[in-house]
Amino acid sequence: MDASRCILTREMETIPNLTDIDIYIQHGGYQTVEKALKMMKPEEVVKAVTDSGLKGRGGAGFPTGRKWSLLANRFPRYLCCNADESEPASFKDRKLLEGNPHRVIEGMILTSYANGINLGYIYIRGEFFQIIEQMDRAFAQAYERGYLGKNILGTGFDLDLYTHPGAGAYICGEETGLIESLEGNRPYPRLKPPYFPAAIGLWQAPTIVNNVETMADVALVVEHGADWFKGFGTEDSTGSRLFGLCGHVKKPGLYELESTITLRSLIYDVGGGVRGDKKLKAVIPGGISAPVLTPDELDVTMEFGEMAKAGTMGGTGGVVVMDETVCMVDALLNISMFARHESCGQCTPCREGMPWINDMLRRIEQGHGRQEDIDLLLDVCFNIEGRTVCVFGQAPGVWPTRSFIVKYLPEFQAHIEQHKCVVLPVEESYLRKENVEMLGVGVFRAKNS
Amino acid sequence: MEPQSPPLVRLTIDDQPVAVPADTTIWEAARGMGIHIPVLCHHPKLRPVAVCRVCAVDVEKSRVMPAACIRQVEEGIVVRTDTDRVRRARKTLVELLLAEHPTPCAKHARSHDCELELLGEQLDITSPRFSIRPSSFVLRPFPPDPSSAVIAVDLNACILCDRCIRACDEVQVNEVIGRAEKGHRAHIVFDDGKPMGESTCVSCGECQAYCPTGALIDKPLMQVKAPSTVQTVDSVCPYCGVGCGVTYHVHDNTIVQVTGRTDGHTEGRLCVKGRYGFDYSHHPQRLTVPLIRKDEAYPKQPLSADFTDYKEFRDSLRSPEWNERIRETFREATWDEALDLSARRLMDIKTRFGSGALAGFGSAKVTNEEAYLFQKLIRTVFGTNNVDHCTRLCHASSVAALMETIGSGAVSNIFQEALDADVLLVIGSNANENHPVAATYFKQAAKRGVTLIVMDPRRPPLANQATHYVRFKPGTDVALLNGLMHVILRDGLHDDAFVRERTENFEALREMVQQYPPDVVEKITGVPREMIERIAFAYGRAERAMIFWGMGISQHTTGTDNARCLISLCLLTGNIGRRGTGLHPLRGQNNVQGASDVGLIPFALPGYQRVDDLAVRTKFERAWGVPLDPRPGLTVVEIMHAALHGDIKGMLMMGENPFLSDPNMNKVRKALQALDFLVVQDIFLTETAEFADVILPASTAAEKEGTYVNTNRMVQLGRKAVDPPGQARIDGDILIDLANRMMEIEAGVRGQGSGVRKWEYRTSRDVWDEIVPLTPLFDGITYDEMARRTVIWPHDEQIIFTQTFPRGRGKFVPAEFAPANELPDAEYPFVLNTGRVLQHWHTGTMTRRTKALDEIAPEPFVEVAPDDLTRLGVRDGDWVTVASRRGVITLRTKASTKVSPGSVFIPFHFKEAAVNLLTNDALDPYGKIPEFKFCAVRVEKAR
Ligand SMILES: Cc1cc2nc3c(=O)[nH]c(=O)nc-3n(C[C@H](O)[C@H](O)[C@H](O)COP(=O)(O)O)c2cc1C
Ligand code: SF4
Ligand code: SF4
Ligand code: FES
Repeated sequence: MDASRCILTREMETIPNLTDIDIYIQHGGYQTVEKALKMMKPEEVVKAVTDSGLKGRGGAGFPTGRKWSLLANRFPRYLCCNADESEPASFKDRKLLEGNPHRVIEGMILTSYANGINLGYIYIRGEFFQIIEQMDRAFAQAYERGYLGKNILGTGFDLDLYTHPGAGAYICGEETGLIESLEGNRPYPRLKPPYFPAAIGLWQAPTIVNNVETMADVALVVEHGADWFKGFGTEDSTGSRLFGLCGHVKKPGLYELESTITLRSLIYDVGGGVRGDKKLKAVIPGGISAPVLTPDELDVTMEFGEMAKAGTMGGTGGVVVMDETVCMVDALLNISMFARHESCGQCTPCREGMPWINDMLRRIEQGHGRQEDIDLLLDVCFNIEGRTVCVFGQAPGVWPTRSFIVKYLPEFQAHIEQHKCVVLPVEESYLRKENVEMLGVGVFRAKNS
Repeated sequence: MEPQSPPLVRLTIDDQPVAVPADTTIWEAARGMGIHIPVLCHHPKLRPVAVCRVCAVDVEKSRVMPAACIRQVEEGIVVRTDTDRVRRARKTLVELLLAEHPTPCAKHARSHDCELELLGEQLDITSPRFSIRPSSFVLRPFPPDPSSAVIAVDLNACILCDRCIRACDEVQVNEVIGRAEKGHRAHIVFDDGKPMGESTCVSCGECQAYCPTGALIDKPLMQVKAPSTVQTVDSVCPYCGVGCGVTYHVHDNTIVQVTGRTDGHTEGRLCVKGRYGFDYSHHPQRLTVPLIRKDEAYPKQPLSADFTDYKEFRDSLRSPEWNERIRETFREATWDEALDLSARRLMDIKTRFGSGALAGFGSAKVTNEEAYLFQKLIRTVFGTNNVDHCTRLCHASSVAALMETIGSGAVSNIFQEALDADVLLVIGSNANENHPVAATYFKQAAKRGVTLIVMDPRRPPLANQATHYVRFKPGTDVALLNGLMHVILRDGLHDDAFVRERTENFEALREMVQQYPPDVVEKITGVPREMIERIAFAYGRAERAMIFWGMGISQHTTGTDNARCLISLCLLTGNIGRRGTGLHPLRGQNNVQGASDVGLIPFALPGYQRVDDLAVRTKFERAWGVPLDPRPGLTVVEIMHAALHGDIKGMLMMGENPFLSDPNMNKVRKALQALDFLVVQDIFLTETAEFADVILPASTAAEKEGTYVNTNRMVQLGRKAVDPPGQARIDGDILIDLANRMMEIEAGVRGQGSGVRKWEYRTSRDVWDEIVPLTPLFDGITYDEMARRTVIWPHDEQIIFTQTFPRGRGKFVPAEFAPANELPDAEYPFVLNTGRVLQHWHTGTMTRRTKALDEIAPEPFVEVAPDDLTRLGVRDGDWVTVASRRGVITLRTKASTKVSPGSVFIPFHFKEAAVNLLTNDALDPYGKIPEFKFCAVRVEKAR
């Protein structure tokens, strides 16, 4: 891959004090805003983004141009940039905001201009208080230079942007939970339908919710054009993406790469391989919500489509590598603890189901598991999937749970049969693909659900 | 114009095709076909939120299983409600919920109706798969929360369906309940996590009514055994003029619970009094035998006036010893003896001093039929128009003004239309406490975006929901309202066409309000001129505006003027005769409208037909077979004055307690003592009955059948739920017997022997059938119709005055600002305002003898502004004396920002600190209503 084309991280890494607007402008910053506001019609900006094939970087990979085109034809409209990044193993938005806030602001200005928006928020995870402060400073500078406020650059376009601190729960990142939280309520996700933000969002108005990285990518698309952007990756997954590599790898960190890279290459070439040259046991490829992959499944590329074909998802790009020392029951117990803790509690299947999943896993891990617990766990998963108010129930609830149990069934069985924690050798610990299929449970989406 | 019905959508549910309107949910569509999809969080009367998910169904080609309670139908979808998948999911869900639900919960144990447990039984869940919890994060059990006087809270039984939250937020709009914490730790909370009894909860019980489980249930107020034999009786609440529909749950001749009637006009809503204030009917101190004053108990002295010890007084409300104390003064008698004595003595006074020496106070608590019989007794047997009731003390001035300007004292629109208005102006009304269920409609309206303007010197809780709250100096209403009209006219916001076509005397009004520009009004009222303009603009520009008012307007020496101004404001802007507009004086008692309608007032016969009108009199003389006195009688306060001066010598008092409710109590006491003969007919030995010669035990609303008219002019049928205790009788029957005995005596005196008139009514329905032909406004209203639905007089017209007013054109009667009768001075520097609290009714006869209401509001208090407290050197809760030129009482302070500095407020329910010892009996010259809301007092630290 041509390293010179990795703009977001290269900017951050090579230009000192990029967070300062003067430095940023010296390096060509805000010229895109000037160009777009003065020379492009809003529709042209939308078209560029649509043509670029950009898919949202917030987890679901929804095409950004499509999302914008679904906005109800009413005004006012609002923009919410989602910077609540709380998915375990994900840290790309945080890095980006820390290093390159003005890129994101540019993206927000362009998005607003394109969609007739005059008021926007960036909803930043509350624990990132330094980022919030820095973002406030960045906004203030942008106001000073006339990139925000009334009559921006004399074009007649008005835009106000504000930071909003997150309310301290994972669910605040779910787009409708975020909106509730912005409105000052508990961040209980809203029902879809009818509360698709594009139709009925913040203050009941049509609203765009986009991820931080998505915003930065919008700036790149408008700066360099859709074709340039499409020049990276594949038709399914255009542009480059930020991957947060972590876990048992030699060189963890944030990498900006094209999605054409395989998971194996990401771990072994970019990440330098498994720490201590141990055997690899499992990988979660896109934040803990994504179904786990076994050592047999590493040759998949990081494209959205390929990931889905492999029964998992690109998600937030947070890649978690686990070596042979890991107990898979323990690892899942850890994830389910998160799910139990972060379920908002609004709807019954998730609120009541998560604690039981967690409790039963603890039972198994502690050697008190019963044979029927496996079925019971899968039944609780079945009861959650597709029956909840929001997607949380599935991700990070059902998907990790089901994929761990089904793929690493031998290790779970060993726990139950031997009444203690057993870490099997890697080869014995997981089922081969054919065997998983024979179980007929379905990993990503339950076959019978 | 008929609203367009939404287009039909066709779909299939369980293989049956069906077509329903587009906005129907799958659950509703299925229900219409007789397919029952179980629900837990959903309730047809609440907004769906779809959080429980037991209603999830299969929809062909849909990946998810949508919640039927909220998902709207779509063209061509194929729904299955009973597949394996659906059943499996439902079962797991219920199992999960049951895992930590105490089984049986309190509700299921009591009445076998916990919706979760019923569902579990239905799904045959016997051995739940979720039982052993190896968790180190055990949260439950929650400790029980017994802090509320009326509701037992057991969060362990809670399934977080949020019904209580919606009931509290969206139905009653009290906004007390919420959720706290997240995930599995989530639970409901009151305010920010207070025990229910210490929160801002007003104990209306709406949450409990909607809770599907034993998490929130009524505490038992009456002890009962087997609940299976409970019978239900639909009736009307006995308290305020809102007249909510109630259902009595009766076991063993005992009311054990009250619930709201969802088929009633208030849709099942109740307040704390209506729901939890029923047990007075079964109180041990009920009068159960006729009593006659012992010879040695003359001269009359009050039995209970010497209570200075609060605790002793409260105890006396319950203790059986109190009954003993009664026996020292009164002896038990037979009905014959008591009625004979009463008839004889009253007849004797009539013979010796003439009819004018007799008078009667009826009651707005009795049925129309009883009120009718009462006034008929006074008019045809006593032979006088000296008959009145507490209407004089509440809306007499409003009615006087309405009669004068419009020609009818009735409300023009029903209060539910608040939801249809653009602007609501609520003035001098503490609706949240005095008309709590009407207030829920105001609050709902405000929540839905209706502009709510609240104007009151004492900040009522409704101000919390208000768009604008205006605090003005007490007694300056006329100036304020004239100021509003000034701005409206100045800026041309009045309705020219309406003024031209439907009103008269406009020029006089214009001249008058000319003198009230905002800066002048600001000086008088203390309201900033910008605020005056803002309110004038809001009201003046509204397409539909409604005015509600209460005793804060009427109980002044300028009460009639206050009401005139409100009427002028309404006429000036043409806000009447249409939906969501009009004038609505919120009536106080459950039957104050009806009692007045059937003639329980000194100047009018039933149907507001004036006694001094010859044609009217002739009609009634023919119907009743006796000549009638053509002179209007005396009013309540006038009768008391006349008694004091010896002009009135004998009285019949039915269910009224003027001793506590009338102004200037010392004067009332002297008047009662001065009477030669007093018959009191009541359910308890009231403070007034202590001065009686004969006491007749009567019955409560739950013990009889009859009709009541509420503030909306709705005539509603009350049904009998239980028998009266002991020998107590129904008021109507007592009146019939008394009348017959008096008529017999009179006939005997005149030597007529055989030709004696006799009242022969068997049932209340007989009386109603006599009332209707004589009272045109009840035209066409029958018991059968009332049994079926809510009927409104006249002729089911919810909105009246649409084309014209009863007097033709509406008349502007301009009013000039005049200060209150007794202004504060150096000696008495505070303005005293009086009124009620949510939990009590009037003189407390009923409410202070209920378990729950007494527990919540046990004691009198005086509200004082914090700054004033500091100035007086007293703290919140300290004892103070409050003195006026007429008396002094001792009570505790309550620091409150509801009152403005310089004003204090005392509720009048509490005998141990009877505020009417202090109030001024100066009268409004037109309505003859006393100035309860304003007199000068001094506040000092006690002892
Ligand atoms: C439980 C839950 C948590 C989420 N948290 C985040 C988050 O922290 N940041 C984020 O960008 N998107 C998050 N999402 C996804 C958002 O709902 C939404 O899809 C995203 O912000 C859209 O941005 P995009 O179109 O740019 O990807 C979350 C979704 C779920 C269901
Ligand atoms: S699925 Fe879980 S996180 Fe989402 S609304 Fe329901 S309880 Fe809340
Ligand atoms: S207390 Fe009752 S109504 Fe309220 S959430 Fe719990 S179960 Fe539902
Ligand atoms: S009844 Fe439909 S989700 Fe609860």
